Amino acid sequence: MAILIFKIALILILFLISLGVAAYATYGERKVAAFMQDRIGPDRAGPFGILQPIADGTKMFMKEEIIPNVSDKLLFILGPCIFMVTSLMTSAVIPWGTAMEFGGVKYAMQVADINIGILYVFGVVSLGVYGIMIGGWASNNKFALLGAVRASSQMISYELAMGMSLIAVIMMSGSLSLTDIVTSQGDGKLWGFIPVSGLNWNIFYQPMGFIIFLICAFAECNRTPFDLPECDTELIGGFHTEYSSMKLGLYLFAEYINMFISGAIISCLYFGGYNFPGLSYLSTVLNPNIVALISFGALFAKAIFFVFFFMWIRWTIPRFRYDQLMKLGWQILLPLSIINVLLTGGILTIFNK
Amino acid sequence: MIQLTSRSKVVVDKKMSFKEKLYLPAIAKGMAITFMHMFKKAATLRYPEVKREFAPVYRGMHVLKRDEEGRENCTACGLCAVACPAEAITIDGAERQKGEEHLYREEKYAAKYEINMLRCIFCGLCEEACPKDAIYLTDRIVESSYTRNSFVFGKDLLVEKMDDRIDISKRKKEYHID
Repeated sequence: MAILIFKIALILILFLISLGVAAYATYGERKVAAFMQDRIGPDRAGPFGILQPIADGTKMFMKEEIIPNVSDKLLFILGPCIFMVTSLMTSAVIPWGTAMEFGGVKYAMQVADINIGILYVFGVVSLGVYGIMIGGWASNNKFALLGAVRASSQMISYELAMGMSLIAVIMMSGSLSLTDIVTSQGDGKLWGFIPVSGLNWNIFYQPMGFIIFLICAFAECNRTPFDLPECDTELIGGFHTEYSSMKLGLYLFAEYINMFISGAIISCLYFGGYNFPGLSYLSTVLNPNIVALISFGALFAKAIFFVFFFMWIRWTIPRFRYDQLMKLGWQILLPLSIINVLLTGGILTIFNK
Repeated sequence: MIQLTSRSKVVVDKKMSFKEKLYLPAIAKGMAITFMHMFKKAATLRYPEVKREFAPVYRGMHVLKRDEEGRENCTACGLCAVACPAEAITIDGAERQKGEEHLYREEKYAAKYEINMLRCIFCGLCEEACPKDAIYLTDRIVESSYTRNSFVFGKDLLVEKMDDRIDISKRKKEYHID
């Protein structure tokens, strides 16, 4: 019973955190954009404009809800729902921190520790493209359809390289469970001879895999430089051209949740998840609940950094052309990731015996 | 060819080297540039609270000046109307009556002085033509309106009010008009 209450509370908190982060990511995006372009950004709603997300949200809710006459009504409503639900679902398997302890019982800071955690993430993320595809198809608009087609083909192309770069990580951890992958990045000897505390991160073993994964994450989140599904200059708004009011809001919102979650997953896979230098020392002197919160803070900070990184890239690199995108995905990233898998396998067999 | 800036780069259609083909160093360089911009001072002015200063030579809405005693400078000589390339100025002169010495500086004054702001091209030739130090262009902006007729500005709008005098000393200094 206690575990059920804990899990439900955790789910609710994660829900709220994801939504809150997404809301403030919209504000952050505008602020980052402004700062990088020597502007100020939104600063009228509240001090430094921190109430801007509320204003934006209110605006979204107040707008007229338009469902095109020629659209498929059910699918039209279903599209943003699927996209939102799938983007929220991925947070379930991420180990957000070390275990908490109430009344002598340990509770893992993870909604579900399933042994195929990373596969679950991949499955749900691929489901997300249905949200885009259904939305674009149901709009009955050629621009929306083009955007949806681009989104799905892009997702499929980049998921391959993403999966391949992931295989190298899985080969090192020997497990598909995200908990195992994170705990294997804690204390240990870096490259087998440098003793480190909480810094045995995969990034030091898999730099190429990390770069491939990162590029693919950009494509999966439909972020610049791979934001072809919604590029304004060519497709008006891409798959959400016909959407208005909060249905559009759900699409935009889910995109920011996706960014946050993929930031968290990148941190888990390559940057040690909740591990940070000194975690094992802290857990010996401090209350496990406080340690859990600190470790959660570490993962949160890493995820937020990646959200910032996504924005940073957006205001640095222009958009790819569609053929360049496909060329990069199939002819460069996929072979590179396969080479990475081979190299990892070879090094593992030589050094691990 | 003269180089106009030091930042221009010659585009060469040569084969890219391996380092260039990687793109990542170039992207890192670009990211460094955007990151440096985060710490630069914003060029924004918070508009309604802070307003950008006009250049001293800005040519906006006209003003008909009064002298220190509050008498109108204009003597309706008509030189401004002659100089005006857009023919925006209409003047009707009148003779100063006894007892009006505190209103008009010279014996003749403009009974009617109208500038059609839709015709005016704000060239400033009127102020250059004026021998009596009477008309100046200022840094005020002609306000928008819905009707064309309201853009014909009469003396009520052009002549400066004594309790709200328009400072044109900066403009005089810049232009050496005297």
